[in-house]
Amino acid sequence: MKLITAIIKPFKLDVVKDALKAVNITGITVSEVRGFGRQGGHVETYRGAEYKVDFIPKVRLEMVVDDPAADAVVDVIVKSAGSGNIGDGKVWVTDVSRVVRIRTGEEGRDAI
Amino acid sequence: MMEPAGLTWVLISSALVLFMTPGLAFFYGGMDRRRNVLNMLMMNFYCILAVPVLWMLAGYSLAQVPFENDWLGSLDAFALGDLKTAGDGGTLATIAFLGMFAAITPALISGAVAGRMKFAAWAVFVPLWLFIVYVPIFKWLYGGWLGQRGSLDFAGGTAIHVNAGIAALAAVFVLGRRKVDPAPPHSMPLVMIGTGILWFGWFGFNAGSALNANGQAAQAFMNTFLAGAAAGLAWVVTEWIRAGRPTNLGAASGIVAGLVAVTPAAGYVSGIAPIIIGLVAGVVCSLAVRLKSKLRYDDALDVVGVHFVGGLVGSLLIGFFANPKFFEAEFTAGLFYGGDSGLLVEQLIANVVAIVWSFVLTFVIMKVLDVVMGVRVEEQAEVTGLDLALHLETAYHD
Repeated sequence: MKLITAIIKPFKLDVVKDALKAVNITGITVSEVRGFGRQGGHVETYRGAEYKVDFIPKVRLEMVVDDPAADAVVDVIVKSAGSGNIGDGKVWVTDVSRVVRIRTGEEGRDAI
Repeated sequence: MMEPAGLTWVLISSALVLFMTPGLAFFYGGMDRRRNVLNMLMMNFYCILAVPVLWMLAGYSLAQVPFENDWLGSLDAFALGDLKTAGDGGTLATIAFLGMFAAITPALISGAVAGRMKFAAWAVFVPLWLFIVYVPIFKWLYGGWLGQRGSLDFAGGTAIHVNAGIAALAAVFVLGRRKVDPAPPHSMPLVMIGTGILWFGWFGFNAGSALNANGQAAQAFMNTFLAGAAAGLAWVVTEWIRAGRPTNLGAASGIVAGLVAVTPAAGYVSGIAPIIIGLVAGVVCSLAVRLKSKLRYDDALDVVGVHFVGGLVGSLLIGFFANPKFFEAEFTAGLFYGGDSGLLVEQLIANVVAIVWSFVLTFVIMKVLDVVMGVRVEEQAEVTGLDLALHLETAYHD
Protein backbone atom coordinates (compact mmCIF):
# COMPACT_ATOMS: atom_id res chain seq x y z
CA MET A 1 0.00 0.00 0.00
CA LYS A 2 1.08 3.54 -0.66
CA LEU A 3 0.40 6.85 1.02
CA ILE A 4 0.00 9.57 -1.55
CA THR A 5 0.53 13.10 -0.28
CA ALA A 6 -0.11 16.13 -2.44
CA ILE A 7 0.42 19.83 -1.73
CA ILE A 8 -1.73 21.86 -4.11
CA LYS A 9 -3.11 25.34 -4.64
CA PRO A 10 -6.24 25.82 -2.50
CA PHE A 11 -8.48 26.80 -5.41
CA LYS A 12 -7.64 23.50 -7.17
CA LEU A 13 -9.08 21.41 -4.34
CA ASP A 14 -12.51 20.84 -5.88
CA VAL A 15 -11.13 20.00 -9.29
CA VAL A 16 -8.69 17.47 -7.83
CA LYS A 17 -11.36 15.95 -5.59
CA ASP A 18 -13.71 15.44 -8.56
CA ALA A 19 -10.93 13.92 -10.64
CA LEU A 20 -10.03 11.51 -7.81
CA LYS A 21 -13.66 10.51 -7.33
CA ALA A 22 -13.87 9.79 -11.05
CA VAL A 23 -11.12 7.16 -10.67
CA ASN A 24 -12.88 5.59 -7.65
CA ILE A 25 -10.76 6.94 -4.81
CA THR A 26 -12.92 6.26 -1.75
CA GLY A 27 -11.54 8.79 0.66
CA ILE A 28 -9.09 11.67 1.08
CA THR A 29 -7.96 13.72 4.06
CA VAL A 30 -7.56 17.47 3.52
CA SER A 31 -5.66 20.00 5.64
CA GLU A 32 -5.07 23.69 5.23
CA VAL A 33 -1.35 24.31 5.47
CA ARG A 34 1.12 27.11 4.87
CA GLY A 35 4.57 26.87 3.44
CA PHE A 36 7.18 28.28 1.14
CA GLY A 37 8.79 26.83 -1.95
CA ARG A 38 10.20 28.30 -5.10
CA GLN A 39 7.09 30.43 -5.51
CA GLY A 40 8.34 32.53 -2.56
CA GLY A 41 6.20 35.03 -0.70
CA HIS A 42 5.05 38.53 -1.44
CA VAL A 43 5.00 41.95 0.20
CA GLU A 44 1.76 43.53 1.44
CA THR A 45 1.45 47.22 2.24
CA TYR A 46 -0.79 48.56 5.02
CA ARG A 47 -0.85 52.32 5.67
CA GLY A 48 2.46 52.52 3.84
CA ALA A 49 4.18 49.93 6.04
CA GLU A 50 5.44 46.86 4.20
CA TYR A 51 5.03 43.34 5.55
CA LYS A 52 6.74 40.34 3.96
CA VAL A 53 4.42 37.35 3.72
CA ASP A 54 6.73 34.33 3.40
CA PHE A 55 4.29 31.49 3.94
CA ILE A 56 1.60 30.94 1.34
CA PRO A 57 -1.63 29.04 2.02
CA LYS A 58 -1.75 25.56 0.43
CA VAL A 59 -3.92 22.49 0.78
CA ARG A 60 -2.49 19.08 1.68
CA LEU A 61 -4.28 15.95 0.45
CA GLU A 62 -3.54 12.52 1.84
CA MET A 63 -4.87 9.15 0.72
CA VAL A 64 -3.82 5.52 1.06
CA VAL A 65 -4.17 3.40 -2.10
CA ASP A 66 -3.39 -0.09 -3.25
CA ASP A 67 0.07 -0.48 -4.88
CA PRO A 68 -1.06 -0.95 -8.52
CA ALA A 69 -3.28 2.16 -8.36
CA ALA A 70 -0.62 4.53 -7.05
CA ASP A 71 0.93 5.68 -10.32
CA ALA A 72 -2.44 6.33 -11.93
CA VAL A 73 -3.61 8.37 -8.92
CA VAL A 74 -0.44 10.46 -9.02
CA ASP A 75 -1.07 11.15 -12.69
CA VAL A 76 -4.64 12.21 -11.98
CA ILE A 77 -3.50 14.64 -9.30
CA VAL A 78 -0.71 16.08 -11.43
CA LYS A 79 -3.05 16.58 -14.34
CA SER A 80 -5.95 18.08 -12.37
CA ALA A 81 -3.92 20.25 -9.98
CA GLY A 82 -1.65 21.73 -12.60
CA SER A 83 -2.07 25.28 -13.88
CA GLY A 84 1.37 25.54 -15.47
CA ASN A 85 2.39 28.27 -13.04
CA ILE A 86 4.98 28.34 -10.29
CA GLY A 87 3.49 27.18 -6.98
CA ASP A 88 1.31 24.38 -8.34
CA GLY A 89 2.69 22.08 -5.64
CA LYS A 90 4.08 18.55 -5.32
CA VAL A 91 2.95 14.95 -5.04
CA TRP A 92 4.92 12.19 -3.38
CA VAL A 93 4.40 8.52 -2.64
CA THR A 94 5.39 6.74 0.56
CA ASP A 95 5.34 3.04 1.42
CA VAL A 96 2.83 2.11 4.09
CA SER A 97 3.41 -1.01 6.20
CA ARG A 98 -0.01 -1.45 7.83
CA VAL A 99 -3.52 -0.05 7.54
CA VAL A 100 -6.47 -0.91 9.83
CA ARG A 101 -10.11 0.14 9.50
CA ILE A 102 -11.07 1.08 13.04
CA ARG A 103 -14.76 0.09 12.87
CA THR A 104 -14.26 -3.46 11.60
CA GLY A 105 -10.64 -4.30 12.31
CA GLU A 106 -10.10 -5.12 8.62
CA GLU A 107 -6.49 -4.79 7.51
CA GLY A 108 -4.50 -4.08 4.36
CA ARG A 109 -6.33 -3.83 1.04
CA ASP A 110 -9.68 -4.50 2.70
CA ALA A 111 -9.22 -1.47 4.90
CA ILE A 112 -8.74 0.96 2.00
CA MET B 1 -36.19 72.81 27.64
CA MET B 2 -36.12 70.12 24.99
CA GLU B 3 -38.95 69.66 22.48
CA PRO B 4 -40.14 66.08 21.87
CA ALA B 5 -38.60 66.04 18.37
CA GLY B 6 -35.24 67.15 19.74
CA LEU B 7 -35.46 64.69 22.61
CA THR B 8 -36.13 61.84 20.22
CA TRP B 9 -33.13 62.71 18.11
CA VAL B 10 -30.81 63.06 21.11
CA LEU B 11 -31.91 59.69 22.52
CA ILE B 12 -31.38 57.98 19.16
CA SER B 13 -28.04 59.75 18.80
CA SER B 14 -26.97 58.50 22.22
CA ALA B 15 -27.55 54.91 21.13
CA LEU B 16 -25.68 55.61 17.88
CA VAL B 17 -22.67 56.94 19.80
CA LEU B 18 -22.72 53.95 22.14
CA PHE B 19 -22.52 51.70 19.06
CA MET B 20 -19.31 53.46 18.00
CA THR B 21 -17.28 51.88 20.79
CA PRO B 22 -17.87 48.28 19.59
CA GLY B 23 -17.27 49.66 16.08
CA LEU B 24 -13.94 51.07 17.21
CA ALA B 25 -13.17 47.75 18.88
CA PHE B 26 -13.63 45.92 15.56
CA PHE B 27 -11.75 48.60 13.63
CA TYR B 28 -8.78 48.22 15.98
CA GLY B 29 -9.25 44.50 16.63
CA GLY B 30 -9.08 43.63 12.94
CA MET B 31 -5.82 45.55 12.61
CA ASP B 32 -4.34 43.81 15.63
CA ARG B 33 -2.79 40.36 15.69
CA ARG B 34 -4.97 37.28 15.79
CA ARG B 35 -3.66 36.40 19.24
CA ASN B 36 -4.38 39.86 20.70
CA VAL B 37 -7.77 40.67 19.20
CA LEU B 38 -9.83 39.79 22.28
CA ASN B 39 -7.63 41.92 24.48
CA MET B 40 -8.26 44.82 22.11
CA LEU B 41 -12.04 44.23 22.17
CA MET B 42 -11.96 43.98 25.96
CA MET B 43 -10.04 47.25 26.38
CA ASN B 44 -12.75 48.98 24.34
CA PHE B 45 -15.73 47.23 25.94
CA TYR B 46 -14.27 47.99 29.37
CA CYS B 47 -14.77 51.68 28.56
CA ILE B 48 -18.51 51.19 28.05
CA LEU B 49 -18.65 49.23 31.29
CA ALA B 50 -16.76 51.58 33.59
CA VAL B 51 -17.29 55.05 32.15
CA PRO B 52 -21.13 55.22 32.12
CA VAL B 53 -21.16 54.36 35.82
CA LEU B 54 -18.48 56.92 36.64
CA TRP B 55 -20.14 59.52 34.43
CA MET B 56 -23.46 59.14 36.21
CA LEU B 57 -21.84 59.22 39.65
CA ALA B 58 -19.50 62.19 39.29
CA GLY B 59 -18.21 62.75 35.75
CA TYR B 60 -21.17 64.71 34.48
CA SER B 61 -21.35 66.81 37.62
CA LEU B 62 -17.66 67.71 37.53
CA ALA B 63 -17.76 68.37 33.78
CA GLN B 64 -20.96 70.40 33.45
CA VAL B 65 -22.59 71.51 36.74
CA PRO B 66 -22.78 74.45 37.02
CA PHE B 67 -22.30 75.21 33.34
CA GLU B 68 -20.82 78.71 33.93
CA ASN B 69 -17.82 77.55 36.01
CA ASP B 70 -14.52 78.44 34.36
CA TRP B 71 -12.34 75.52 35.44
CA LEU B 72 -14.31 72.67 36.91
CA GLY B 73 -17.88 71.80 37.84
CA SER B 74 -18.84 70.63 41.27
CA LEU B 75 -20.29 67.60 43.02
CA ASP B 76 -23.74 69.23 43.20
CA ALA B 77 -25.08 66.70 40.72
CA PHE B 78 -23.31 63.72 42.33
CA ALA B 79 -25.21 60.57 41.29
CA LEU B 80 -27.60 62.96 39.51
CA GLY B 81 -28.87 63.86 42.99
CA ASP B 82 -30.00 67.32 41.84
CA LEU B 83 -32.58 65.83 39.46
CA LYS B 84 -35.81 65.57 41.43
CA THR B 85 -38.06 64.64 38.48
CA ALA B 86 -37.56 63.33 34.97
CA GLY B 87 -38.98 66.60 33.64
CA ASP B 88 -39.24 66.81 29.87
CA GLY B 89 -36.35 64.33 29.59
CA GLY B 90 -33.96 66.87 28.10
CA THR B 91 -31.45 66.87 30.94
CA LEU B 92 -31.45 63.09 31.22
CA ALA B 93 -30.96 62.66 27.47
CA THR B 94 -28.09 65.15 27.50
CA ILE B 95 -26.37 63.39 30.40
CA ALA B 96 -26.68 60.03 28.60
CA PHE B 97 -25.49 61.50 25.30
CA LEU B 98 -22.41 63.10 26.89
CA GLY B 99 -21.72 59.88 28.79
CA MET B 100 -21.32 58.00 25.50
CA PHE B 101 -18.68 60.55 24.43
CA ALA B 102 -16.85 60.13 27.72
CA ALA B 103 -16.82 56.36 27.14
CA ILE B 104 -15.38 56.34 23.64
CA THR B 105 -12.65 58.92 24.31
CA PRO B 106 -10.35 56.74 26.47
CA ALA B 107 -11.22 53.80 24.19
CA LEU B 108 -9.51 55.67 21.33
CA ILE B 109 -6.19 55.45 23.22
CA SER B 110 -6.32 51.64 23.27
CA GLY B 111 -5.22 51.48 19.63
CA ALA B 112 -1.85 53.00 20.49
CA VAL B 113 -1.00 50.77 23.45
CA ALA B 114 -2.17 47.60 21.67
CA GLY B 115 -0.31 44.36 22.21
CA ARG B 116 1.68 45.11 25.35
CA MET B 117 -0.29 46.88 28.08
CA LYS B 118 -1.44 45.04 31.22
CA PHE B 119 -5.21 44.93 31.35
CA ALA B 120 -5.14 45.67 35.08
CA ALA B 121 -3.18 48.85 34.38
CA TRP B 122 -5.68 49.80 31.67
CA ALA B 123 -8.54 49.20 34.10
CA VAL B 124 -7.05 51.76 36.49
CA PHE B 125 -5.83 54.11 33.77
CA VAL B 126 -9.29 54.69 32.26
CA PRO B 127 -11.00 56.12 35.40
CA LEU B 128 -7.94 58.19 36.34
CA TRP B 129 -7.65 59.57 32.81
CA LEU B 130 -11.38 60.31 32.69
CA PHE B 131 -11.31 62.50 35.79
CA ILE B 132 -7.83 64.03 35.51
CA VAL B 133 -7.61 64.66 31.76
CA TYR B 134 -10.99 64.38 30.04
CA VAL B 135 -13.30 66.08 32.54
CA PRO B 136 -11.26 69.31 32.92
CA ILE B 137 -10.62 69.74 29.19
CA PHE B 138 -14.28 69.06 28.47
CA LYS B 139 -15.33 71.65 31.06
CA TRP B 140 -12.97 74.31 29.70
CA LEU B 141 -14.30 73.88 26.16
CA TYR B 142 -18.00 73.57 27.01
CA GLY B 143 -19.03 76.38 29.33
CA GLY B 144 -15.54 76.96 30.75
CA TRP B 145 -12.82 79.50 30.02
CA LEU B 146 -11.73 78.23 26.58
CA GLY B 147 -15.32 78.14 25.33
CA GLN B 148 -16.00 81.59 26.75
CA ARG B 149 -12.99 83.00 24.89
CA GLY B 150 -14.76 82.00 21.68
CA SER B 151 -13.06 78.80 20.50
CA LEU B 152 -15.36 76.34 18.74
CA ASP B 153 -15.53 72.57 19.11
CA PHE B 154 -18.89 71.30 17.91
CA ALA B 155 -18.74 67.59 18.70
CA GLY B 156 -15.32 67.11 20.28
CA GLY B 157 -12.47 67.53 17.81
CA THR B 158 -10.28 69.06 20.50
CA ALA B 159 -12.00 67.62 23.58
CA ILE B 160 -12.00 64.08 22.21
CA HIS B 161 -9.74 63.46 19.23
CA VAL B 162 -6.83 65.84 19.78
CA ASN B 163 -7.03 65.02 23.47
CA ALA B 164 -7.04 61.22 23.08
CA GLY B 165 -4.56 61.37 20.20
CA ILE B 166 -1.88 63.24 22.14
CA ALA B 167 -2.61 61.13 25.24
CA ALA B 168 -1.91 58.06 23.09
CA LEU B 169 1.51 59.50 22.25
CA ALA B 170 2.31 60.13 25.93
CA ALA B 171 1.13 56.62 26.82
CA VAL B 172 3.37 54.89 24.30
CA PHE B 173 6.36 56.94 25.46
CA VAL B 174 5.96 55.41 28.93
CA LEU B 175 4.99 51.98 27.65
CA GLY B 176 7.80 51.54 25.13
CA ARG B 177 7.91 49.63 21.88
CA ARG B 178 6.49 46.19 21.29
CA LYS B 179 9.05 43.38 21.59
CA VAL B 180 7.47 41.41 18.77
CA ASP B 181 7.63 42.84 15.27
CA PRO B 182 4.40 44.48 14.10
CA ALA B 183 2.27 42.22 11.90
CA PRO B 184 -0.21 43.06 9.15
CA PRO B 185 -3.91 43.26 10.14
CA HIS B 186 -5.22 39.80 11.05
CA SER B 187 -8.71 40.48 9.66
CA MET B 188 -9.35 43.21 7.13
CA PRO B 189 -13.07 42.36 6.89
CA LEU B 190 -13.35 43.08 10.63
CA VAL B 191 -11.65 46.45 10.05
CA MET B 192 -14.16 47.28 7.31
CA ILE B 193 -17.16 46.29 9.46
CA GLY B 194 -15.78 48.41 12.28
CA THR B 195 -15.38 51.35 9.90
CA GLY B 196 -18.99 51.01 8.75
CA ILE B 197 -20.26 50.94 12.33
CA LEU B 198 -18.12 53.95 13.23
CA TRP B 199 -19.43 55.97 10.30
CA PHE B 200 -23.03 55.00 11.11
CA GLY B 201 -22.58 55.95 14.76
CA TRP B 202 -20.80 59.16 13.87
CA PHE B 203 -24.08 60.62 12.55
CA GLY B 204 -25.27 60.53 16.16
CA PHE B 205 -21.94 61.86 17.38
CA ASN B 206 -21.96 64.92 15.13
CA ALA B 207 -25.59 65.60 14.23
CA GLY B 208 -26.69 64.69 17.77
CA SER B 209 -24.38 67.37 19.13
CA ALA B 210 -26.87 70.01 17.98
CA LEU B 211 -28.81 68.65 21.00
CA ASN B 212 -31.90 69.37 18.97
CA ALA B 213 -33.65 68.35 15.76
CA ASN B 214 -33.00 71.41 13.62
CA GLY B 215 -31.13 72.81 10.64
CA GLN B 216 -27.79 72.66 12.43
CA ALA B 217 -28.31 68.96 13.10
CA ALA B 218 -29.17 68.36 9.44
CA GLN B 219 -26.08 70.24 8.20
CA ALA B 220 -23.89 68.38 10.71
CA PHE B 221 -25.36 65.16 9.33
CA MET B 222 -24.51 66.25 5.79
CA ASN B 223 -20.99 67.25 6.82
CA THR B 224 -20.44 63.86 8.46
CA PHE B 225 -21.47 62.15 5.26
CA LEU B 226 -19.35 64.29 2.94
CA ALA B 227 -16.15 64.62 4.97
CA GLY B 228 -15.93 60.85 5.54
CA ALA B 229 -16.36 60.19 1.83
CA ALA B 230 -13.95 62.91 0.67
CA ALA B 231 -11.24 61.86 3.10
CA GLY B 232 -11.56 58.18 2.17
CA LEU B 233 -11.21 59.17 -1.46
CA ALA B 234 -8.21 61.40 -0.75
CA TRP B 235 -6.36 58.74 1.26
CA VAL B 236 -6.90 56.07 -1.39
CA VAL B 237 -5.79 58.36 -4.23
CA THR B 238 -2.72 59.44 -2.26
CA GLU B 239 -1.58 55.88 -1.63
CA TRP B 240 -2.47 54.85 -5.17
CA ILE B 241 -0.12 57.53 -6.47
CA ARG B 242 2.62 56.95 -3.88
CA ALA B 243 2.53 53.16 -3.50
CA GLY B 244 0.80 52.01 -6.65
CA ARG B 245 -2.19 50.26 -5.06
CA PRO B 246 -5.54 51.34 -3.60
CA THR B 247 -6.17 49.45 -0.34
CA ASN B 248 -9.11 48.70 1.92
CA LEU B 249 -7.15 49.87 4.95
CA GLY B 250 -6.46 53.13 3.14
CA ALA B 251 -10.17 53.63 2.49
CA ALA B 252 -11.08 52.78 6.10
CA SER B 253 -8.36 55.00 7.54
CA GLY B 254 -9.34 57.88 5.30
CA ILE B 255 -13.00 57.65 6.26
CA VAL B 256 -12.12 57.74 9.95
CA ALA B 257 -9.65 60.61 9.44
CA GLY B 258 -12.33 62.62 7.65
CA LEU B 259 -14.91 61.92 10.35
CA VAL B 260 -12.43 62.99 13.01
CA ALA B 261 -11.59 66.19 11.16
CA VAL B 262 -15.19 67.22 10.58
CA THR B 263 -16.18 66.52 14.20
CA PRO B 264 -15.20 69.94 15.61
CA ALA B 265 -16.57 71.72 12.54
CA ALA B 266 -19.78 69.76 11.97
CA GLY B 267 -22.23 72.38 13.21
CA TYR B 268 -20.29 75.43 11.97
CA VAL B 269 -19.46 74.75 8.31
CA SER B 270 -21.53 74.20 5.20
CA GLY B 271 -21.43 74.06 1.41
CA ILE B 272 -18.15 72.81 0.00
CA ALA B 273 -16.31 73.14 3.33
CA PRO B 274 -16.85 69.53 4.53
CA ILE B 275 -15.43 68.22 1.25
CA ILE B 276 -12.34 70.41 1.55
CA ILE B 277 -11.90 69.47 5.21
CA GLY B 278 -12.19 65.80 4.25
CA LEU B 279 -9.75 66.04 1.37
CA VAL B 280 -7.15 67.86 3.49
CA ALA B 281 -7.56 65.39 6.36
CA GLY B 282 -7.28 62.40 4.03
CA VAL B 283 -4.03 63.57 2.48
CA VAL B 284 -2.43 64.93 5.66
CA CYS B 285 -3.31 61.90 7.82
CA SER B 286 -2.14 59.42 5.19
CA LEU B 287 1.26 61.13 5.35
CA ALA B 288 1.17 61.57 9.14
CA VAL B 289 0.86 57.83 9.86
CA ARG B 290 4.36 57.45 8.43
CA LEU B 291 5.85 59.69 11.12
CA LYS B 292 5.94 56.86 13.66
CA SER B 293 8.51 54.86 11.73
CA LYS B 294 10.64 57.99 11.21
CA LEU B 295 10.38 59.14 14.83
CA ARG B 296 10.47 55.60 16.28
CA TYR B 297 7.43 55.74 18.59
CA ASP B 298 5.28 52.62 18.58
CA ASP B 299 1.74 53.95 18.12
CA ALA B 300 0.48 50.50 17.13
CA LEU B 301 -2.70 51.38 15.23
CA ASP B 302 -2.02 55.05 14.37
CA VAL B 303 -4.08 56.89 16.97
CA VAL B 304 -1.71 59.86 16.73
CA GLY B 305 -1.64 59.96 12.93
CA VAL B 306 -5.41 59.68 12.54
CA HIS B 307 -7.04 61.16 15.65
CA PHE B 308 -4.53 63.74 16.84
CA VAL B 309 -3.57 64.99 13.39
CA GLY B 310 -7.10 64.68 11.96
CA GLY B 311 -8.65 66.45 14.95
CA LEU B 312 -6.12 69.26 14.78
CA VAL B 313 -6.60 69.73 11.04
CA GLY B 314 -10.38 69.98 11.43
CA SER B 315 -10.22 72.23 14.46
CA LEU B 316 -7.87 74.72 12.77
CA LEU B 317 -9.86 74.70 9.51
CA ILE B 318 -12.84 76.03 11.49
CA GLY B 319 -10.81 79.24 11.65
CA PHE B 320 -11.29 79.50 7.88
CA PHE B 321 -14.69 77.93 7.26
CA ALA B 322 -16.93 78.88 10.21
CA ASN B 323 -20.08 80.35 8.68
CA PRO B 324 -22.47 81.78 11.28
CA LYS B 325 -24.75 83.37 8.65
CA PHE B 326 -25.70 79.99 7.24
CA PHE B 327 -26.78 78.79 10.68
CA GLU B 328 -28.26 82.18 11.67
CA ALA B 329 -26.20 81.83 14.83
CA GLU B 330 -23.94 83.94 17.02
CA PHE B 331 -20.55 82.20 16.79
CA THR B 332 -17.48 83.92 15.27
CA ALA B 333 -16.99 83.79 11.50
CA GLY B 334 -13.93 82.21 9.90
CA LEU B 335 -11.48 83.93 7.54
CA PHE B 336 -13.30 82.86 4.38
CA TYR B 337 -16.67 84.07 5.64
CA GLY B 338 -15.94 87.64 6.62
CA GLY B 339 -14.13 86.99 9.90
CA ASP B 340 -10.62 88.03 10.92
CA SER B 341 -7.87 85.78 12.24
CA GLY B 342 -9.37 85.96 15.73
CA LEU B 343 -11.15 82.62 15.52
CA LEU B 344 -8.10 80.84 14.13
CA VAL B 345 -6.05 82.18 17.05
CA GLU B 346 -8.67 80.96 19.53
CA GLN B 347 -8.68 77.53 17.87
CA LEU B 348 -4.90 77.43 18.18
CA ILE B 349 -4.99 78.44 21.85
CA ALA B 350 -7.65 75.87 22.74
CA ASN B 351 -5.73 73.07 21.04
CA VAL B 352 -2.38 74.02 22.55
CA VAL B 353 -3.94 74.08 26.01
CA ALA B 354 -5.59 70.69 25.47
CA ILE B 355 -2.39 69.21 24.03
CA VAL B 356 -0.19 70.37 26.91
CA TRP B 357 -2.64 69.33 29.64
CA SER B 358 -3.39 65.96 28.09
CA PHE B 359 0.20 65.06 27.20
CA VAL B 360 1.72 66.03 30.53
CA LEU B 361 -0.95 64.50 32.75
CA THR B 362 -1.30 61.31 30.71
CA PHE B 363 2.46 60.91 30.96
CA VAL B 364 2.31 61.40 34.74
CA ILE B 365 -0.61 58.96 35.17
CA MET B 366 1.20 56.30 33.15
CA LYS B 367 4.48 56.84 35.06
CA VAL B 368 2.74 56.57 38.41
CA LEU B 369 0.90 53.42 37.33
CA ASP B 370 4.17 51.98 36.07
CA VAL B 371 5.80 52.50 39.47
CA VAL B 372 2.80 51.28 41.47
CA MET B 373 1.66 48.26 39.43
CA GLY B 374 3.63 48.13 36.20
CA VAL B 375 1.98 49.02 32.89
CA ARG B 376 3.62 46.43 30.66
CA VAL B 377 3.01 42.73 30.33
CA GLU B 378 5.85 40.21 30.67
CA GLU B 379 7.66 39.53 27.42
CA GLN B 380 6.37 35.95 27.51
CA ALA B 381 2.75 37.19 27.51
CA GLU B 382 3.49 39.42 24.56
CA VAL B 383 4.90 36.47 22.62
CA THR B 384 2.15 34.02 23.62
CA GLY B 385 -0.57 36.57 22.90
CA LEU B 386 -2.53 38.72 25.31
CA ASP B 387 -5.82 36.86 24.75
CA LEU B 388 -4.54 33.72 26.42
CA ALA B 389 -2.10 35.37 28.81
CA LEU B 390 -4.50 38.00 30.20
CA HIS B 391 -8.01 36.70 29.53
CA LEU B 392 -7.61 32.93 29.04
CA GLU B 393 -9.76 33.15 25.92
CA THR B 394 -9.14 32.31 22.26
CA ALA B 395 -10.71 34.36 19.47
CA TYR B 396 -10.90 31.70 16.79
CA HIS B 397 -11.26 28.09 17.81
CA ASP B 398 -11.08 25.51 15.03
